[in-house]
Amino acid sequence: MTRAGLIRAAVFFGLLLVMPFAIGPQWVMNLLIFTIMYAGLASSWNLVGGYAGYPSLGHAAFFGVGAYSVALIFRDSVGDGYAPFFVLPLIGIGAALLSVPIGWIAMRTRADVFAIVTITLLFVAQSLAYNLRDLTGGAQGMGVAVPPFPIETYTWPFYYAMLVLLAVAMGISFYFRRSKIGLSLSAVRADEDKAHGVGVHVGAVKVLAFAVSVGVVAMIGGVWAFYIGFIYPAFAVDPLITIGMVLMTFLGGRATLWGPVIGAFILVPAQQFFAYQFGASQFYLLAYAAIFLIIMLVLPRGILPTIAGRLSRWRLRRLGDVPIPDVATESDSEALAGQAADSEGKAR
Amino acid sequence: MSALLEVAGLTKRFGGVTAVNDCSFSVEQGTITALIGPNGSGKTTAFNMITGYLKADSGGIRFDGHDVRKPDPARLYRAGLSRTFQQARIFPELSVRENLVVASGFGWADLFGRRVSGRDRASANETLDEFRLGALADLRAADLSYGQRKLLEFAAVLMSKPKLVLLDEPTAGVNPVMIDTMERHVRARHAEGVTFLIVEHDMQLVMRLCDPVIVLDRGAPIASGKPAEVQANPLVVDAYLGA
Amino acid sequence: MHSLIQALILGILTSGVYALMASGQTLIFGIMKVINLAQGAFVVLSAYLSYSLLTAWGIDPFLSILITTPVLFALGVGIQWALLRPLHKDDAAELSLLVTFAVALGLEGLLSATYSTTFRSIQPGYENFSWTVLGYQVNAVRLFAFVLSLLMLAALYLLLQRTKFGRAIRATVQNPMAAQLLGVNSRLVAALGFGLGAATAAAAGAVFGIITPFNSGSHYDLISRLLTIVVLGGLGSIGGSIIAALVMGVGTALVSALASPIWSDFTFFVVLLLVLLLRPQGLLGAKIRGAL
Repeated sequence: MTRAGLIRAAVFFGLLLVMPFAIGPQWVMNLLIFTIMYAGLASSWNLVGGYAGYPSLGHAAFFGVGAYSVALIFRDSVGDGYAPFFVLPLIGIGAALLSVPIGWIAMRTRADVFAIVTITLLFVAQSLAYNLRDLTGGAQGMGVAVPPFPIETYTWPFYYAMLVLLAVAMGISFYFRRSKIGLSLSAVRADEDKAHGVGVHVGAVKVLAFAVSVGVVAMIGGVWAFYIGFIYPAFAVDPLITIGMVLMTFLGGRATLWGPVIGAFILVPAQQFFAYQFGASQFYLLAYAAIFLIIMLVLPRGILPTIAGRLSRWRLRRLGDVPIPDVATESDSEALAGQAADSEGKAR
Repeated sequence: MSALLEVAGLTKRFGGVTAVNDCSFSVEQGTITALIGPNGSGKTTAFNMITGYLKADSGGIRFDGHDVRKPDPARLYRAGLSRTFQQARIFPELSVRENLVVASGFGWADLFGRRVSGRDRASANETLDEFRLGALADLRAADLSYGQRKLLEFAAVLMSKPKLVLLDEPTAGVNPVMIDTMERHVRARHAEGVTFLIVEHDMQLVMRLCDPVIVLDRGAPIASGKPAEVQANPLVVDAYLGA
Repeated sequence: MHSLIQALILGILTSGVYALMASGQTLIFGIMKVINLAQGAFVVLSAYLSYSLLTAWGIDPFLSILITTPVLFALGVGIQWALLRPLHKDDAAELSLLVTFAVALGLEGLLSATYSTTFRSIQPGYENFSWTVLGYQVNAVRLFAFVLSLLMLAALYLLLQRTKFGRAIRATVQNPMAAQLLGVNSRLVAALGFGLGAATAAAAGAVFGIITPFNSGSHYDLISRLLTIVVLGGLGSIGGSIIAALVMGVGTALVSALASPIWSDFTFFVVLLLVLLLRPQGLLGAKIRGAL
């Protein structure tokens, strides 16, 4: 990691670590928990939707798997209240294993088919959550036991759990970028056939990215269920959760480390503001759809890549009279453009 | 000499059109073999079937002494059969060096290792220097010129230490200097023992670089032999003049 | 045995409507390679329109199709023109998927704002009328719906096979570049094709509203069924999606009759995965791909 990157991460997580000590109002704490939750979800979605270029529309199904797992295990009692956090890794691994056969089949063909299979999975999961009443309580929902946390700091364990999961998601994202997994995923995203043709294990990296991605999402779903305390199919397996992840990643910038986080820190507060302003969910949906369309049409590449693009053009203008690298092949001015673009790429 | 690649009875139909029709030929170890023919004679389709990008309707392929039952691009690449594409397929978002590393045929365990390890860097730089692309190593591949991309793709598929390289029109659309560069690199690698099969329209280049030359027409070979023999063959003249 | 055959009849009759919805979806995919996630919302919108026409002016739902079809056609053209056309070419496929998702969300919001989220159904007065044939119940509305769907599909077939516009569409599906070179205005074809796809939802919507209670969120369930049908049929083949709709309609009815309706969606997801595993190109894909 570059020095600047290290400092950026240290400042970001340092600030979030001390946040609970600094803020009073419960609603701010609540908003922060949801913002961090979505930052984690979007960062996880980015692993497969961004780096691999396979847009999953079914991540909310795995969020629901995590939520219902916690609810089922801790329906009646949670002891001292910390047990669910330690069960999370198992839930994550379980969800990841569950996703392997689905990912393996759905990713064999093309990104379109993958999108279709995952969105279908989402609605199948929702219908199961509604209909397997013995297990999920159906539309009536089901509760999770209330932990005996002290009332003043009741939200803190959930806050820190979400923060840890965000760090995990970003850590994996960072690791992907620095390892051959990320290199292979970039190749898959650009030209999968060619990548296969130069011996990249395309199937393995795609399925790996999908499994890791939904594993983290399931863990976040588990914390969410524990925090909310009572879950319904309509909220635990909600298309809007998927949409949230997708939208935030697109807004901030796909296949970047910080893009999904930036997207979440902009959209979640905005979302809460709309919910507060319009109350009734229908206008909220409309506002959401409108933001969605505006982002797609105005900022399709996302905030970070757009800024990076501007920066490199600006640098190029400053570099105007730097000599072209001495190469025996065709010399051309494009090489210069690349030099600027590359230094920008490293800065990311 | 022995055959490194043998193609027997290869056939491919697209709807009513037979692109490759009962096509058989072989590429001897240590040669620079040319595959020429008029447009639409099935050269690229044959390439695609040999390298596993396209499933043949019938016919067999033998590479390096083994029958290739289910041609799979990745497996063939690892076994030493590389190819380039007419339109130079590279990974534009990766750097020039990363384009070489990604094509180095790394294994499962390496997936978890560094994106570009010290060893990757060294071996990629060596090849880049050979191709005089060293100065461009850290550029995004998207920012290369067309000719440089073709050179990069060629350099990248050499990273797996292939026995046979299939080049699909390596000099199409590039400037005369680049044609010479390309020829020099083919000769250099050939001297190190790499066998080539080249589809090419530049007949001057074919005549001075390749031996033997195989001529395809309507999906099947009509002639093969030394460049001069083939050039004198009336069947070949007919095929090119469309008689 | 009796209940099985009864389920079979129900399944076949229901599949007609799904075939109609899915054919629109397939048409849109074939022309633009866009997976239209708003197709379900188009159907639900049309169902509400027919519902309003019936409750406000007493217009029979089958007649209301004459009104809703042009409306949906215009809406489809408008959406294509305003939202899909301007997308950047490089990520058009991915972005258009999400744009149509946004359109679906927007329509859902609009509909729940207008009609609230209580379940409605279109009740023209004859919705429960049925004939008894050889001891089996044949529901009149479902039979009408089936016949109507067949007629619409036949009309669509004729439109594609016999008209200049149809030829332009088929040419675009097979080879967009070549079609453009031959003078087909691909932008116009895309817009009109999207409109046509939406228009099939109008006809299906009226019928859907009679046989199924619906609310603004019903499009989620619909879209997952439609997409399953479209993938099963082999993306881009209308013939394939009709067969897939039949398989799915009958299958759902049988699973519901034999086990329970709870498992019918799940069964279909498993079938979808199996088909993708064994025949990634879908039931009728590849071979007749582009033949529409």
